[in-house]
Amino acid sequence: MQVTLRNPRRVVEVTGPIRVHALLDRLEINRESVIVICGDTLVPSDALLLDTDVVEVRPVISGGCL
Amino acid sequence: MKCRVCTGPAVIDVRRHNANFCAEHFIAHCQEQVRRTIDHFSMMKPDDKVLVAVSGGKDSLALWDILSELGYQADGLYLGLGIGEYSNESTHYSRDFAERVEGHLVEIDLPTDVGFDIPTGARLARRAPCSACGLSKRHLFNQAALEGGYDVVCTGHNLDDEAAVLLGNVLRWNVDYLGRQHPVLEARPGFARKVKPLVRLAEREMAAYCVLRGIDYQVEECPMSAGNRHIGYKEALDAIEAGSPGTKAAFFHEFLDKASHLFTPESDAIRDELLECATCGSPTTGEVCAFCRLIERASNKGTSGSVAIEMGQTRS
Repeated sequence: MQVTLRNPRRVVEVTGPIRVHALLDRLEINRESVIVICGDTLVPSDALLLDTDVVEVRPVISGGCL
Repeated sequence: MKCRVCTGPAVIDVRRHNANFCAEHFIAHCQEQVRRTIDHFSMMKPDDKVLVAVSGGKDSLALWDILSELGYQADGLYLGLGIGEYSNESTHYSRDFAERVEGHLVEIDLPTDVGFDIPTGARLARRAPCSACGLSKRHLFNQAALEGGYDVVCTGHNLDDEAAVLLGNVLRWNVDYLGRQHPVLEARPGFARKVKPLVRLAEREMAAYCVLRGIDYQVEECPMSAGNRHIGYKEALDAIEAGSPGTKAAFFHEFLDKASHLFTPESDAIRDELLECATCGSPTTGEVCAFCRLIERASNKGTSGSVAIEMGQTRS
């Protein structure tokens, strides 16, 4: 499957099926710092992602000036 | 995973609540958290004239959306920072959302209205970009609220923001800042009332809320914030949170319950000593306020008094 990452924006190929939490572990991404979107749907950490899915791992940490 | 409310398929798990939600009940959960926060801290009354500080990011747009859903009459205030394409996109998202909620968006453009952009101004003033940006926002939001007759300014500071600031203040024992860190900053002469209704909601929840509500927001990180200290604190707290869900919320909210009052007298003493800025009249500890000094250095020219703000621009 194609997985889009941000900051910087890039696309990586990951073999499915794989659960969201396992995908994040494989990419060494803290699940507290992202949301995962499959197609146009938000998915929880136990969702199963398939080879044909288009996935975005979107970071949620923001801010500089507070 | 199943929604804890309706047992339908969940779209998000919130580990610190040990709960999963479907889209409908997650949106309701977020709105209820904000309603409770406003009630708990007596942040504002239903008929208050409210100004939301809008950046085009997830937190401020979600806040404006939630306040609208809760029935508040809220205007938005957007500050253009002059950070190239990043600012252009942020403006676009802010205006689009204002149209969506048929809201009144007040716009201030830092380069046009004040005379400097953040990248250039920070360099000339020899300040970190985030420092120049934060100072500009605090000053101009406050000024716009006072001049516009708003009862309260709402900012989109979420639980992660507040926990990161608290961590930074504790690590350096900034006792005056600790005394001022509260979801409500009361109005004082020269200062508008400021509140933070999102302090019970984490950054991840705000991003999820926007996706589920179909709110387009600026996802890219500000290009000026690379290496920012607060982002490092957030990453550290997320690492702790991953192993011990609920730690961030306990850190901040237990501080409010058990320790915040210990630092207040120190902060009050500083407030009592404030003078009027010789240039713009804003409260300051020195002869000229920090923002007027920033203008002078950043725009390579003398200050000419209070910045005139065009309050009438409506984008709806």
